[in-house]
Amino acid sequence: MAIRCVASRRTLAGLKETSSRLIGFRGIQTFTLPDLPYDYGALEPAISGEIMQIHHQKHHQTYVTNYNNALEQLDQAVSKGDASAVVKLQSAIKFNGAGHVNHSIFWKNLAPVKEGGGEPPKGSLGSAIDTHFGSLEGLVKKMSAEGAAVQGSGWVWLGLDKELKKLVVDTTANQDPLVTKGGSLVPLVGIDVWEHAYYLQYKNVRPEYLKNVWKVINWKYASEIYEKECN
Amino acid sequence: MMTVAVTAISSPLLLHSQGPNRQLLQWKRNEKRRLPTKVAGSGVITAGFELKPPPYSLDALEPHMSRETLDYHWGKHYRTYIENLNKQIVGTDLDALSLEEVVLLSYNRGNMLPAFNNAAQAWNHEFFWESIQPGGGGKPTGELLRLIERDFGSFEEFLERFKSAAASNFGSGWTWLAYKANRLEVANAVNPLPKEEDKKLVIVKTPNAVNPLVWDYSPLLTIDTWEHAYYLDFENRRAEYINTFMEKLVSWETVNTRLEAAMVRATQREQEGTYTEEEANPDDEEPEVYLDSDIDVSEVD
Repeated sequence: MAIRCVASRRTLAGLKETSSRLIGFRGIQTFTLPDLPYDYGALEPAISGEIMQIHHQKHHQTYVTNYNNALEQLDQAVSKGDASAVVKLQSAIKFNGAGHVNHSIFWKNLAPVKEGGGEPPKGSLGSAIDTHFGSLEGLVKKMSAEGAAVQGSGWVWLGLDKELKKLVVDTTANQDPLVTKGGSLVPLVGIDVWEHAYYLQYKNVRPEYLKNVWKVINWKYASEIYEKECN
Repeated sequence: MMTVAVTAISSPLLLHSQGPNRQLLQWKRNEKRRLPTKVAGSGVITAGFELKPPPYSLDALEPHMSRETLDYHWGKHYRTYIENLNKQIVGTDLDALSLEEVVLLSYNRGNMLPAFNNAAQAWNHEFFWESIQPGGGGKPTGELLRLIERDFGSFEEFLERFKSAAASNFGSGWTWLAYKANRLEVANAVNPLPKEEDKKLVIVKTPNAVNPLVWDYSPLLTIDTWEHAYYLDFENRRAEYINTFMEKLVSWETVNTRLEAAMVRATQREQEGTYTEEEANPDDEEPEVYLDSDIDVSEVD
């Protein structure tokens, strides 16, 4: 980091940290595709290995690549004081940046069965779900129905409203993050209902995908986030 | 967006509904396909839209668009829109209308009624099947080519912009070539002094089910960029799908026919209609005339 002010762009280009890269004098942090904590085929039969591979290596990678490109262009535009260029870049930044963030959460929301995927939540999250939705089944039914009803592309979320201290189910369009539905919302579980998330396996039958995805939902991770936010 | 136009020639339906949409229809009355109304034993009348097959067999677009894709796209997605639409509108005011009428009414100035999604998607898909053909591609000719060159500089420039629009339409949606007669760029207000140059070709991106009929444009060509349209054949590679669409599938003949009809309609409305200024409607979605070509969403390479 200390070389920042002295080194030229070319010498900096060789530097690599685990998830960031220095560009130019200001050292803009860019992003890399996070590894999946399980094999592509490990979520079968709920989600096919073919889908997991394309979803991770193509779709998520593209969000990361395009987000980095947009950030580089933004950096240049900001340095030059080019306000129109800055504004023009906003939609690409929002879309690709949020796509990266959402998918990074999604991979952690999933786990192979033998690593606890599908196991109902215990502890404080389990009780909160029973309180707010009657039962886990009640929550699952609601999220599946709302996910199926999303027109076009989007996500269905279980979130925690940090301020009101209650659980919330909501949907967002395209790659809009949950926080666009409420500033104090923290995502606990997000389910991708873009067609690319299920099409090769379930074709047009999104409800069937939503029925099966619960078998690999990683409630342990959701509980961790919940407990952290509640304390 | 809405005009009240009185025409003496043929009598397209003027909608006398309660709602604000009294708009001259673009598609002939006889394009509405209805099942004969049936009176069941209980006295309930049922009617509905029928599936419209594409003007070619489901495998005729191979290898550019697979039979498997058409089996799902036409046989499941489109069928579901039609079936669900029929269930939604049976017994309601929308029941006796043509598909285009249902689309326009249910758009409801941007505050869409529940039937809009199914109706517009049904319409969009029918328009899409007819926008392509086996042995398609190539270049447009005649008046269509002249207008493309006039409004985009060249065919190559048009192609570049159309493909970039389709590639950068984030999420689900459609990209259109449309003929925009006598409409200003601002909130779809009517141009009070329309000239020939104001009747322009435009490229428009729309989200989800929206289509340019709702802004009183005449659609000429569309490409479906919902993932289901290309995922089985191209996976995430939307740009490749778009290239294939333009090089091997697009039916310029159909686009030309639609343009001719659109131009006739525009002239008719000028001659007979009295354009009235509609009150500005801040709820209308602005059409996005695409300009940016830098960022591609679907290709990794």
